[in-house]
Amino acid sequence: MSAILNGNPTLTSKDFATDQEVRWCPGCGDYSILAQVQKIMPLMGVPKEDIVIISGIGCSSRFPYYMNTYGMHSIHGRATAVASGLKATRPELSVWIVTGDGDSLSIGGNHTIHLLRRNLDVNIMLFNNQIYGLTKGQYSPTSEEHKITKSTPFGSIDHPFNPLALALGADATFIARSMDRDPKHLQAMLTRSHQHKGTSFLEIYQNCNIFNDGAFEIFTEKGSKLDEALFIEQGKPMVFGKNQNKGIKLDGFKPVVVELGDGVTHDDLWIHDETDFYKAQLLVRMFDDPRIVGHFPRPFGVFYQTQRACYEDVMEMQIQEAIALKGKGNLDKLLRGNEVWEIV
Amino acid sequence: MDTKEILLQDVVIKFAGDSGDGMQLTGQQFTNNTAMLGIDLATFPDFPAEIRAPQGTVPGVSGFQVHFSSAKVYTPGDSCDVLVAMNAAALKVNLKGLKPAGKIIVNIDGFDAKNLRLANYPEGVHPLEDGSLDSYEVIKMDVTKMTREALKEFPELGMKEKDRAKNMFVLGFIYWMYNRTLDNTINFLTEKFGKKDVILQSNIKVLKAGYHYGDTTETFSARYKVAKAKLPPGKYRSIMGNQALSYGLVAASQKSGLPLFLGSYPITPASDILHDLSKYKTFGVRTFQAEDEIAAITSAIGASYGGSIGITTTSGPGMALKAEAMGLAVMMEIPLLIINVQRGGPSTGLPTKTEQSDLLQAYYGRNGECPMPVIASSTPSDCFSAVYEAVRIAVQHMTPVIFLSDGYIANGAEPWKFPTSADLPEIKVEFIQEKNSGDKFLPYLRDEKLVRPWAIPGTPDLENRVGGLEKQDVTGNVSYDADNHQHMVKTRQAKVDMIANYIPEQTLDSGPATGKVLVLGWGSTYGVIKSSVLELQAQGHAVSHAHLRYIRPFPMNLGEILRNFDTVLIPEINNGQLIKIIRDQYFVDAKGYNKIMGIPITKMELVDEIKKFI
Repeated sequence: MSAILNGNPTLTSKDFATDQEVRWCPGCGDYSILAQVQKIMPLMGVPKEDIVIISGIGCSSRFPYYMNTYGMHSIHGRATAVASGLKATRPELSVWIVTGDGDSLSIGGNHTIHLLRRNLDVNIMLFNNQIYGLTKGQYSPTSEEHKITKSTPFGSIDHPFNPLALALGADATFIARSMDRDPKHLQAMLTRSHQHKGTSFLEIYQNCNIFNDGAFEIFTEKGSKLDEALFIEQGKPMVFGKNQNKGIKLDGFKPVVVELGDGVTHDDLWIHDETDFYKAQLLVRMFDDPRIVGHFPRPFGVFYQTQRACYEDVMEMQIQEAIALKGKGNLDKLLRGNEVWEIV
Repeated sequence: MDTKEILLQDVVIKFAGDSGDGMQLTGQQFTNNTAMLGIDLATFPDFPAEIRAPQGTVPGVSGFQVHFSSAKVYTPGDSCDVLVAMNAAALKVNLKGLKPAGKIIVNIDGFDAKNLRLANYPEGVHPLEDGSLDSYEVIKMDVTKMTREALKEFPELGMKEKDRAKNMFVLGFIYWMYNRTLDNTINFLTEKFGKKDVILQSNIKVLKAGYHYGDTTETFSARYKVAKAKLPPGKYRSIMGNQALSYGLVAASQKSGLPLFLGSYPITPASDILHDLSKYKTFGVRTFQAEDEIAAITSAIGASYGGSIGITTTSGPGMALKAEAMGLAVMMEIPLLIINVQRGGPSTGLPTKTEQSDLLQAYYGRNGECPMPVIASSTPSDCFSAVYEAVRIAVQHMTPVIFLSDGYIANGAEPWKFPTSADLPEIKVEFIQEKNSGDKFLPYLRDEKLVRPWAIPGTPDLENRVGGLEKQDVTGNVSYDADNHQHMVKTRQAKVDMIANYIPEQTLDSGPATGKVLVLGWGSTYGVIKSSVLELQAQGHAVSHAHLRYIRPFPMNLGEILRNFDTVLIPEINNGQLIKIIRDQYFVDAKGYNKIMGIPITKMELVDEIKKFI
């Protein structure tokens, strides 16, 4: 776990820890995410001083205080907008956004979709725990319907967002899902997020053991994980199940769950292609409530990735083109204008 | 026929027509033509909030008033000498602003039955025929007919396109009337329509037709001339408020060496700053049209955090949306400039009308104890140096700064003795490069101005975390400590108060240092206060004028100045805002004069008001 960076001494995950006491509740999923970020950052080949972590408000947004990089704990929902201004002016920085389901999909929903369409080269880590933790337990825009919370004693009547479908709808160029309880997978997804040129949108299922304990248990715990979570990989058939005995097949435009064997082989299954925009639309919609009988397994991995020009690059290009055409701006010429008269 | 030339000192013309008649462009062209002759001037555009309000109606009237003189001009004029009315509605709206025996130039085609009805004239009433205008000099022209006639050799143009050139006919005629050349307008048209030859040629044709119409008809027995004004020697150009503001920002960027970033969401009357700055790519200016007002300011905060001058431009409703983010910048103690081009409020209010009603919002309108410097410009050209100062204070004192302009300043124009780059003071600013306390970097370690260092990402060894939670002083760590919070609130206040040591003392604009009345103003009331006070001084009254650029903190000597007068009168285009702050800080029993009609205070009413205290 080391890397030599521009002649800097070797960095390890410890170099990314601060002297601040981590104040998340014991058992919070955030600890694992913090650990995985601290593991992958020394391997990115980016000097520590060139990394900036920007958060909004919420439990997850305390993250920057625990990372020994540049960091900003901004205001509720606006980390994406702050990061846009920073990246537009300092394209060489590695900018990471830490946000939660309330922060990025409720109060900051607007900035999230606009960042995605502009495609600045930043990384969004969306810690989704399907609850408001910091305000002590109200439902969030990703909470399931009928959920009983402090603000919904009769059950939530809000239909939840499907974050990846929303991101894809906003023309995100990279969307992925991972979970706090699978460190290896999370590290791989964080690394892929970093490597993607453009906005990466990584949804991380994160357990809030105080207000929404076990929300993702079905996907993360040994007993059910293999049947309920579908780990997708580029170029590989979609296989899941305790004995890797089930798969997803495409029946026209409709995904169906099939049992392998009896003449059904890997060749019949849906082969994952991250670059297929149309199939990505189907994949993000595999979002059934796991309480429903006959539901699909929930996919994890990189759903979709494409290349599109980044806002900050085009912005810089316009400046360079203008300078190449007209030369650097001359203040005296600007102030003088075209129509001048002299009084003697 | 021989026309004689009559020399006038002072003329006010109001161009008025339907909002689609091109009156703003006509007024601007006449303004530039006038300015180029070295005549002093001030303008006041007045247009509806709707881009195309229902044609021919009273709400759809767009006006442009220009006051030009061989003496110094401070206001666009209380009333006009010449009214150009392109239709019945324009006459109806503007007649009350015409001086007795003034001239009215009317386009009679705009007074047909339909236009009269749309302007809500009672059935059977025809203002051009019923003798109601007998006390004025009415010049009737069928502008539409003559425009079409002039363009009969342009069969490729449809009737609508031909009619669009009507304003050029009027402009040509006015040019003849005031004995002007057509050159600057022909140049302007060439630049604008150079690639569309038919449009260019047809506009020039109509412009000339209007000019020749004056020449060949016996409309007037005289032409008029206004001599050059006696302005201080130097090179001048014409400038509008929002334009001067943009130039000031570019200049501050160049002279500080800091890149300029503008995060903005379009809003009247501030949008022109966004339009203007988006052109200046060769100066490295980055403009970001954000998804909303909040993203506009927070993106600017991100840019400032990275070492740019982060700027956001807005008007009242947008200002309200930005309040929380301003608090973040106060807490993070980073430079930021929030420019509010004020308009009538509350809520959507009067988007295209002027008002000074966001001063208390700028002063107090945030959660918590959240002091920020406030600076205001007083005239269109003053925007340049005032905003330059605002940037200097922001970057040298590591604080967000609020800059107040208003719709009247933003769209008004005046001659400007522009500076050269070399004339402008340097704005010295440095990013911290090394640890500032042994082997540690302390992000909230302050200097003698109580200013913390600006450490930008990319600087090795200075990695640190900032944010909206209360900071422990010196270390910048999150702190909920009771004593620390009290200390930090007091420190942030002291830091802003201390800026008073780094700004010029308040001076009197005119008048004796002690006397009966001090008229104290801020912002766009400058011109009307100045001209009113000068008139009263000329009559021998002991009246003085002080105008504030620095509103928070006030200049150190302001209290002293206020106490030297029997009465302090504060005219404002609001319900009394500066007066509250002055009374609060100086225990001075100031008197207010408040006009809240979306239009500037007139000289006549202000002179009457001041007289009450003499």
